[in-house]
Amino acid sequence: MAVISIERMGLLSVFCVCLFFSSAFAVDRGNFKTCDQSSFCKRQRALKPGQSPYRALLETLELSDSRLTLQLINDNNKVHLLLELYRLQGNMTRVKINELKPLKPRFEVPDVLIAEPPTEPLSVLSKDDNGIVLSLGAESQRLIVSARPFRLDIMEGPEVLLSLNSRGLLAFEHLHLRKDTQAQPDGAEVKESVDGDQQQDEVEKDEDGEGDKEQDGLWEETFKSHTDTKPNGPTSISLDFSLPGVEHVYGIPEHADDLKLKTTDGGDPYRLYNLDVFQYELYNPMALYGSIPVMLAHNTQRTMGIFWLNAAETWVDISSNTAGKTVFGKMLDFVQGSSEKPQTDIRWISESGIIDVFIMLGPKPSDVFSQYASLTGTQSFPPLASLGYHQCRWNYNDQEDVKSVDQGFDQHDIPYDFIWLDIEHADGKRYFTWDPHKFSQPKEMLQGLMDKRRKMVAIVDPHIKVDSGYKIHSEITSKDFYVKNKDGRNYEGWCWPGNSGYPDFTIPEMRAWWASMFAYDQYEGSMENLFTWNDMNEPSVFNGPEVTMHKDALHGKWEHREIHNIYGLYVQMATAEGQIQRSGGVERPFVLTRAFFAGSQRFGAVWTGDNAAEWGHLKISIPMCLSLGLVGVSFCGADIGGFFKNPSTELLVRWYQTGAYQPFFRAHAHLDTTRREPWLFGPENTALIREVIRQRYALLPYWYQLFFQAYRTGMPVMRPLWVDYPKDTVTFTIDDEFLIGSDLLVHPITEEGSRGVTAYLPGAGEVWYDVHTFQKHNGAQNLYIPVTLSSIPVFQRGGSIIPRKDRVRRSSACMENDPYTLYVALSPKKFARGKLYIDDGHSFNYDTKKEFIHRSLTFANNALTSSNLCPDCNFLTSSWIEKVLILGASKPSKVVLKMDGKETPVDFEFDSSMSVLTLRKPGMNAGDDWTLLLQ
Amino acid sequence: MLHLGTPVEIQRPRGVPLTKKQFYVENKPFTCLDGSRTISFDRVNDDYCDCKDGSDEPGTAACPNGSFHCTNAGYRPMFIPSSRINDGICDCCDTTDEYNSGAKCENTCKELGRKEREVLQKMAEITKEGFLLKQHLIEEAKKGQQEKQSKVTDMQGNKKQLDEKVEVLRTVKETAEQPEKEAKERHLKAWEEQKAAIRLEKDKAKMAEAFLELDDNADGFVSVSELQSHAELDADADGTLTETEAQGLMGGAEQVDTSTFESVWPNIKDKYHSEVMETPPDEVKEPVVDNDSEPYPEDDISEEEDEEDEDDYHEDDDKVSCGCVQAPPTIKTPEKNHEDEEAMPSYDADTQALIDAAQKARDDFEEAEKALREMDDQIRNIEKELSFDFGPDAEFTYLYSQCYELTTGEYIYRLCPFNRVSQKPKYGGSETNLGTWGSWSGPENNKYLLMKYDHGTGCWQGPNRSTTVKLTCGKETVVTSTSEPSRCEYLIEFTTPAVCQEPANTDLSPHDHEEL
Repeated sequence: MAVISIERMGLLSVFCVCLFFSSAFAVDRGNFKTCDQSSFCKRQRALKPGQSPYRALLETLELSDSRLTLQLINDNNKVHLLLELYRLQGNMTRVKINELKPLKPRFEVPDVLIAEPPTEPLSVLSKDDNGIVLSLGAESQRLIVSARPFRLDIMEGPEVLLSLNSRGLLAFEHLHLRKDTQAQPDGAEVKESVDGDQQQDEVEKDEDGEGDKEQDGLWEETFKSHTDTKPNGPTSISLDFSLPGVEHVYGIPEHADDLKLKTTDGGDPYRLYNLDVFQYELYNPMALYGSIPVMLAHNTQRTMGIFWLNAAETWVDISSNTAGKTVFGKMLDFVQGSSEKPQTDIRWISESGIIDVFIMLGPKPSDVFSQYASLTGTQSFPPLASLGYHQCRWNYNDQEDVKSVDQGFDQHDIPYDFIWLDIEHADGKRYFTWDPHKFSQPKEMLQGLMDKRRKMVAIVDPHIKVDSGYKIHSEITSKDFYVKNKDGRNYEGWCWPGNSGYPDFTIPEMRAWWASMFAYDQYEGSMENLFTWNDMNEPSVFNGPEVTMHKDALHGKWEHREIHNIYGLYVQMATAEGQIQRSGGVERPFVLTRAFFAGSQRFGAVWTGDNAAEWGHLKISIPMCLSLGLVGVSFCGADIGGFFKNPSTELLVRWYQTGAYQPFFRAHAHLDTTRREPWLFGPENTALIREVIRQRYALLPYWYQLFFQAYRTGMPVMRPLWVDYPKDTVTFTIDDEFLIGSDLLVHPITEEGSRGVTAYLPGAGEVWYDVHTFQKHNGAQNLYIPVTLSSIPVFQRGGSIIPRKDRVRRSSACMENDPYTLYVALSPKKFARGKLYIDDGHSFNYDTKKEFIHRSLTFANNALTSSNLCPDCNFLTSSWIEKVLILGASKPSKVVLKMDGKETPVDFEFDSSMSVLTLRKPGMNAGDDWTLLLQ
Repeated sequence: MLHLGTPVEIQRPRGVPLTKKQFYVENKPFTCLDGSRTISFDRVNDDYCDCKDGSDEPGTAACPNGSFHCTNAGYRPMFIPSSRINDGICDCCDTTDEYNSGAKCENTCKELGRKEREVLQKMAEITKEGFLLKQHLIEEAKKGQQEKQSKVTDMQGNKKQLDEKVEVLRTVKETAEQPEKEAKERHLKAWEEQKAAIRLEKDKAKMAEAFLELDDNADGFVSVSELQSHAELDADADGTLTETEAQGLMGGAEQVDTSTFESVWPNIKDKYHSEVMETPPDEVKEPVVDNDSEPYPEDDISEEEDEEDEDDYHEDDDKVSCGCVQAPPTIKTPEKNHEDEEAMPSYDADTQALIDAAQKARDDFEEAEKALREMDDQIRNIEKELSFDFGPDAEFTYLYSQCYELTTGEYIYRLCPFNRVSQKPKYGGSETNLGTWGSWSGPENNKYLLMKYDHGTGCWQGPNRSTTVKLTCGKETVVTSTSEPSRCEYLIEFTTPAVCQEPANTDLSPHDHEEL
């Protein structure tokens, strides 16, 4: 939940009043920096494209098996940089640039890469005074290093795929000593170690030739009432990338903006800086709660990715030579043939650290996903129950309230898996504890839920109440695990509990200790069906600059400035580790986080933070989760109903209908909103919400299988259409509909009072079946769909097989042994394929003991066959196949089940109006080999 | 397949209630209860859904809309959604819903039945006693209502008399005030004349004094030169009094004696400065005419304003104590001139008698008027009370002007039925209004089960606080619980005999026989 409620923040109330009344239901932009207010961004952005002052010193080239190094020199100040190039397995190139001899080490982000990426040999194809040509393997891909000015080009055949520093925007503010007298005393003795005598003289010429004293914000920067002392001075870095032939770029979440990134000319760049933004605005590049510095570039020929591994405040500029052109203008160019090639230019700017870029060369979308997954890991495979419905509110008042909401679901026959407790459950916001009056018997409450085979999530935030009587605080204090302020004392800031300390999650020992706090004997009142929610982990500091931590706070020897964007990742990492450990490594964790970074996908789910009960926020939930999916985070959702304000009944129903088809399916509401459990809006609306939650539960086998696939391959679960239709340019800008896996297309209704929508069905020569009516529609068309309040336009791709469990019960656990119905949607060529994945739904045995069933389902030549994709796996299920629906079928005279060498006839029905063939109760076990023959 | 129950149970497919047994005849084709199709009997409860209405699978979870009947011998039979069959959770106390899930269910029907009977018995006792109390309340209320009604009638009669009395006293007052006014005016006029005489006398004395002062050589004449020594008399303000100017002032004479000085004095007296230092004479004060009986009206008004301001500020402070600690109004002594000559002489005995008579008439009138006002208020209060909806038999009357409190962990909740609900922190802090009486808001068939209080103190970014009071039958009138199910929307549970229904059970209620 967001920043502040005055009624709850006694001492802060004056501060809050100002904040709130100036910002009723809209972000107070004044609380957050623009590029102009962030001195390094302003400085870097003032640098315009032109001749780069950097030159490659080819004579310094060193080539080992796995890497090439080369020095660069800035001819303006003679500072030497070290360039490292790696060819990585899986068609990737890594480019690192650091100072050759920095005054002190510059920060390199740890714990994001799952391992040191395996390399492949680089070989020099040719070399002369102008540069070097390197081979990037068999695919006629070459890497060209140009010496003067320095630039890198990646080519495939005659085509340039991507260029670095082609616009001369490489800029590296090297560490140096402060020139004015103020810095002289403690700088004096270090002077000796500075490389090159010239450096001192050349400092002033750095970047734009101005001296330190004349420029604001180099050694100190003030925003609002907060001063950022900068003992290291200016340290920012920047590099430009040009993408010839590219008009569409995506990614770099988190922003409340369209899926296709916009050009930033004339406005602010997209900002990546994890912030607790109160009542965020839509369609702008302001930073939000999480940051993933990964951008995807796509055209009909190729998909590529750029991963900028840097955890400091980062800004991304995008410009395009076609941005200003109208469709007509583009056509004219085409007709006249006079057009220059479209090109997108990107520029990354970070406040500190080094340049460490991974260029993922695709060429297919799925290649980029697996390339990125090979670097930072895949989506963690969640417990099956966490794909069910989550009921949350700030706050369920007490145990009685929890019980009555739980009963409400049964009374109204609505399934759910998790009920959530927000900050009020803890004793005075002391996480890991329970309010002694409202939640005095947590185990009794959890047992009550367990008896219904349901689960609970309780919030654990990373701000720790400063209170000597609080075990967590006193242990962190005694172990000296708190983040320090610039003077070396414990950093303290205001958050929900009042004055709070912030554990230093960058310390591995701190994370191990934090994890140990989730042990059943440490976390009193916890049970195996209690899971965790990490909120406010940007970190949120109510009285800090931009509502976050001071950049000059210290994590050991590193400033917060260096690690800011990865703090939230560490919190979730340590929490997930705690949940794994409490079960002796047997059970899968479930942890939701608000802040995230590249790699966060390995630790659980994310949600889009504190949205509002507005139609615009419902609509934006689609591109926000699509963008996250593209960069690894599949387990994404938005607060259903909207966190702030009260939704209209129509909006709430539409939001359930949308959320049921998004990966993380949770309703949540602010403390000051009226209650909105699904049955509080009259019987008709209760029925609508019940229906869509049931649709979700029926599809759980499909969702689960997709998450298994995401875990294995990095393929996003919820994806933009272009991922599966990469050559269809119409799909490139669509973000009001999406695919779940490859086989379900969803076009949620996100307009008030909508009476119809136009959905684009992709795929020339393909067909799509309406999942509710089984009506068949052709691909590559805009389909107008009249809608009522009960309509949720969802289509199954012809050519796919989706297993469902149509017997919906109280919770996903109750459905464990239920039979499957296979929905076989035939392609025009009477073909279909799908997969079925089954395991115990909650343990790591699928991984450690290969206890799972993975089957391929194929319909071809009038036979539906189940074959084993994992012959050495072992798992037994009592689930069986109760029904097979074949959409687009013709009527057979006979259907026979072939199994274990025996043939048995199967009853069937045929609906000729919709061409649906229903096979009645074939009855085979879901893990068996079998064939159903239509004769 | 048919699952056989215990020998005493009548054979029927699993999950079918007795009332529908006739539709499920073994080995005969089964027609879905909605008539949509007919299937062979072996497809009943075969774990595959054939009927759209789910009626072919009463004992399995195959149909999404089916329902399962458990007999629950010893307790109450019930239907559960068929999705709860074999879901690992024990729903039926006779365990029949979990026949194939591995869930370890125990038959708890007997225990539940016993408990339910206990509860029902207890409830019946409460209801019985409560209902008796209610009858009592109704009687009391009716009596009270009648009393009040007749009191109002009486008072309205008295009021009429009082009205007349007020009118009579008004005439008496006005009659007495006329001669009083005239006598006062006479007295005033006489005093004005007397004052004028005194002023003239003073002027003469001053003139004589000035003559003596001006007559420097004491020859009995004031000469031009003697006058010239008083430069302040300069007419053209050039700083010197020339001879001509002085002569002009003296009407052309060279010198004047005491009697001719009388004609010179008016020309100079306004500018003339005495040589002796002397305070200029005070302006003659106008007498304070005491027409108003209240001494310092302006002071009073400002005091009242102050008080109001303070109330606004400490909105929730106890008004009574606030009034008590109020400092008495500071008495500002009016700066009356006490020079005897200026003070109006006291009224003569006749005038004073008239004033006294008028004052008495005024007092009598005001007293009577006040009594009338008070009576009006009383009548209005009783009428207001009589206008409340205290239930079909006025059974809620007794709650009027009462308050009931409940202390929880943090707060003291206070419910004053038909008035307001409030909340006060236990450990100090101001009271919050959770709503004032709005209306009965129970369901259509009995709106007297819920009370709604609204328009309480506003919430930050939210609605005004409001409270719903849920009334249940009990022997005692007491607030049993409070909660805030939704932000700023409170729920109070309140027991009262007034909602106890007549016990339906004939053996518990012998009075029923009267109706037979």
